[in-house]
Amino acid sequence: MTTTEYLGKPTSRVDGPAKVTGEAKYAAEFNVPNLAYGYIVSSGVTRGTIKSINAAEVEKIPGVLKVLTHENAPKTASLDRSHRDQLASTHGSPFRPLYQAELQHSLQPVALVVAETFEAARYAASLVQVEYEIAPHETDLHGSRAKAHPPKDSRTGYVPPPKKPRGTPEEAFEKAPFKVEAEYYQPAEHHNPMENFASTCVYGEDGKLTIYQKTQGVQNCQEYICSVFGLSKDEVQVISPFMGGGFGAGLRPTHELYLSVLAATALKRSVRVSMTRQQMFSFSHRPETIQDFKLAATPDGLLDSVTHTAIQESSRYEEFLETVVNWSGLVYTCPNVRLDHQLVYLDLASPADMRAPGAVTGLYGFECAIDELAYQAKLDPLAFRLKNYSEKDQNLDKLYSSKELREAYRQASEKFGWDQRPLDPRSTRRGSDLIGWGMATGCWEAMQGKAAAKAVLTPDGKLVVSSATSDIGTGTYTVMTMIAAEFSGVPIENVSFELGDSSMVYSPVEGGSWTVSSVGSAVKTVCEELKARLFKLAGKMDGAPLGDAKVEDVTFDQGEMRVTKNPVRNVTYAEALQANGLDKLELDTTELPQLVKQMTHGVYSHSAVFVEVAVDEDLGTIHVTRVVSAIAGGRILNPKTARSQIMGAIVWGISMALEEESMLDHQFGRFMNHNYAEYHVPVNADIHDIEVIFVPEHDDVVNPLGAKGLGEIGIVGVAAAVTNAVWHATGKRVRSLPVTLDKLL
Amino acid sequence: MINFSYTRAGGVAEAVREKSKANGAGRFIAGGTNLVDLLKENVERPTRIIDITRLPLTTVEEGPNGGLRLGALVSNADTAYHPEVQKRYPALARAILAGASPQLRNMATNGGNLLQRTRCYYFYDVALPCNKRVPGSGCPAIDGQNRVCGVLGTSEACIATHPSDMCVALAALEAVIRVSGPNGERTIPIADFHRLPGSTPHLETTLAADEIITAIDLPKNPYAEHSVYTKVRDRASYAFALVSVAALLELDGDTIKSARLALGGVAHKPWRLPEAEARLVGKTATKENFLPVAEALMKGATGYGHNTFKIELGKRAVVRALQLAAKGTAAVRGVNGQVAAAESVA
Repeated sequence: MTTTEYLGKPTSRVDGPAKVTGEAKYAAEFNVPNLAYGYIVSSGVTRGTIKSINAAEVEKIPGVLKVLTHENAPKTASLDRSHRDQLASTHGSPFRPLYQAELQHSLQPVALVVAETFEAARYAASLVQVEYEIAPHETDLHGSRAKAHPPKDSRTGYVPPPKKPRGTPEEAFEKAPFKVEAEYYQPAEHHNPMENFASTCVYGEDGKLTIYQKTQGVQNCQEYICSVFGLSKDEVQVISPFMGGGFGAGLRPTHELYLSVLAATALKRSVRVSMTRQQMFSFSHRPETIQDFKLAATPDGLLDSVTHTAIQESSRYEEFLETVVNWSGLVYTCPNVRLDHQLVYLDLASPADMRAPGAVTGLYGFECAIDELAYQAKLDPLAFRLKNYSEKDQNLDKLYSSKELREAYRQASEKFGWDQRPLDPRSTRRGSDLIGWGMATGCWEAMQGKAAAKAVLTPDGKLVVSSATSDIGTGTYTVMTMIAAEFSGVPIENVSFELGDSSMVYSPVEGGSWTVSSVGSAVKTVCEELKARLFKLAGKMDGAPLGDAKVEDVTFDQGEMRVTKNPVRNVTYAEALQANGLDKLELDTTELPQLVKQMTHGVYSHSAVFVEVAVDEDLGTIHVTRVVSAIAGGRILNPKTARSQIMGAIVWGISMALEEESMLDHQFGRFMNHNYAEYHVPVNADIHDIEVIFVPEHDDVVNPLGAKGLGEIGIVGVAAAVTNAVWHATGKRVRSLPVTLDKLL
Repeated sequence: MINFSYTRAGGVAEAVREKSKANGAGRFIAGGTNLVDLLKENVERPTRIIDITRLPLTTVEEGPNGGLRLGALVSNADTAYHPEVQKRYPALARAILAGASPQLRNMATNGGNLLQRTRCYYFYDVALPCNKRVPGSGCPAIDGQNRVCGVLGTSEACIATHPSDMCVALAALEAVIRVSGPNGERTIPIADFHRLPGSTPHLETTLAADEIITAIDLPKNPYAEHSVYTKVRDRASYAFALVSVAALLELDGDTIKSARLALGGVAHKPWRLPEAEARLVGKTATKENFLPVAEALMKGATGYGHNTFKIELGKRAVVRALQLAAKGTAAVRGVNGQVAAAESVA
């Protein structure tokens, strides 16, 4: 019925001009008259009790309106249940700012100074003195690993490992000729988006709250605030048109939101609270993880046994759960598999989802261990993977909805020149550098959730489609505009997409690579319904411009309907509205996932990552000189933003491999490198050639668009490929991240 | 950040007078690239800020005896790209360009660079003890996250490093710091300018509270043909040195006539050991002859756990820097002075 006019064509960001001109406003940039400013005072202590705070004294400082502490903060909902947002664990006690004298983690908010100006608030905050009764804390995962235990709770998106092992992994391991037994380690990492979290809570004359909030889910925030503060949905509107990076840190309501609402309702005045960079280390991180592997292969190189145990930190007050080990039972064919996921409660803030949560961790260790096993078996790492290629999801015993990973391996390895790779390490030199090549496989789920979209067409021929999703910088505005234009037949310049407002129709949080799949499918459906309605309107018009044509005989494009075989019979959308006396045509629809189809298949995206590193033999410095990544991610709707998305993810993968580490000081239970100078992420000079290949994949199971989502897949496997390349260069297996030069000396 | 008064000084004498009034709680501001960060973190809490950006200290001039005089307010970028610095003091140009970012180097001044404060995590976190910030409060870095800390000249009170790249080259070049105070002008050799921490890590330099740096004198440099700055760090740019080495050689054929070596990232001040340098004199420029010098330079080094690797890395970096210096300044084409992947010794 519709030709592909927009989808699959590289399209520049529709919000690009707004972003580069500064017209795009972020949460801390919405100014209103009489705005007060809140500055968070963070705890310097990890465990213990607050004995006193000199709040009254600080309140005397000129310009200070209020110092909120656990002693004077207005009470909010008492039950834990009321504080659980959409992504909280089912039975946890989510952190509540300024709730109690007992401390739960270092850097937690202990006071909020509200003042007439930001400067006054900041100055007064520097004079807040907190006296603590200090209690011992526990933040050392290695030291506490004996306390590891299976999770007790559950959480949206968390898939526990299969309860029973597949086959007999111990027996198979014992008798196998090729074995690897290794422990891999990944430190805690922080999301570190450029834009700090901020909340501008505008207190309306009617007491209603309009909150400009940095978030990946406006409706999640709205529900949370309503639940915590006992407000109704029509009293709280959460708005977030733009976001300077989220990466998962903005999936759950952050504590500056709670604090801005607390202060605004207490003072009956608009209040802004924003975090400092240091405070960005106070609320969520990728959990520190220890992983133990036992892998074995048969004499002819078939993977015969996989045992994978992951031990992760969680906070004490709620379990953080991500799917870490399941991937190891899925990525290759293996008859004997045991997967185990355990937690250690520590006195840290709850971890949070961070780009490709779980997969990026589990497949880092697993893909390194697989590399070790391939070398044991004297097989090329790619040949080993092809030999053990997985044709079905053995965890779930289901066929894949689509899986072009073999083709991804082929295209990426050819582009890379992988067939020239010597099997042994330390085989290639360039000056004082050792050169190494490594590869890895990536995998991520292709999920779809319930979502809605609304379409409004006006007689000027303009179409506005909306949904309460967000654009975390990934190009949501653009791709939704493209989808709407594609399926409505309205030219793209007459289409706009709106998002980031809790009063819009339902959308889940933007995360997990499911926004195109979920919201995009709803946009497609509402636009198709729009065409059906327009066709009916045309039928009611005098003179029946489309004659007796049926809807399937009609082409919808360029904002007009015309009989395909007799184009002189046509009518524009605008004429159809005008002739029917409509000032607009408005409809919305809720799209549900294709559950039946999806439940009977394994639905995943895949990647094949190939990496070259140059390692200075004497100094240990590592440069990633080349990356080729081929992605099998279903249909690619906007190749331009898709490529950017994957490139960014690869850069982050390099970062994870070589640079990122939130350094904990166990004396204080505190992350120490809490700024951009000391928490390293790559600079331009660290990044060299990156090539992204999209392998075509047809999939009508994942969703009506056939797109699998690209937010996560690009990062999965990159850290393993880099680590494997470093081994190939140096002969040294570094089994902890980041692979810094000291580990090679 | 606390409230402070702001004054703009019209001349050097006025600047000194204004500073004297502040009883130690005054700070000069020029580029502000370090001070403003420290103000925001509440590490520096001056009550009086004296803007010195209008002082006439903004020129690079010929100095006495074939040297060069760098005004204290010349930006790091203008210094590094100055044709005479590039030609006659290439190790200095490269050291400066190995530090910070272009934006910071455009703002930062030569005088300010000398007075940079450490990047030790504990110094920056006012919730925690730090003898440098609060004398007597303790040094948690010794048992803590000390990857960025020093291994030479450390004390029980402090293991912080001086973060500057520029100062490492200045130490190798034996620069002289010109300062002005209430009693007129005096000069301080770079070797005496920065202090070791000892029991007073809060005292970082020998500059008096009411003195101002006016210029840096670079003596005539016989090493320009064989000068390198090798910086080893955790990422390719915009990171402080784990270890850096300024290596200067004067060669007669393959024979070393004289040598200068200074290390950064390892101590509370640029680290020099003239007796180690003397061991190179009369030797041929080979790796075998460099190794014992590297050993001597790192002698007595103490590791504190996360930073213990710096002892071995320091030796290797010294050898690498000497190898590169022997090849000649022109042969080493680093990107902005850093060790590039293509910069090899094989």
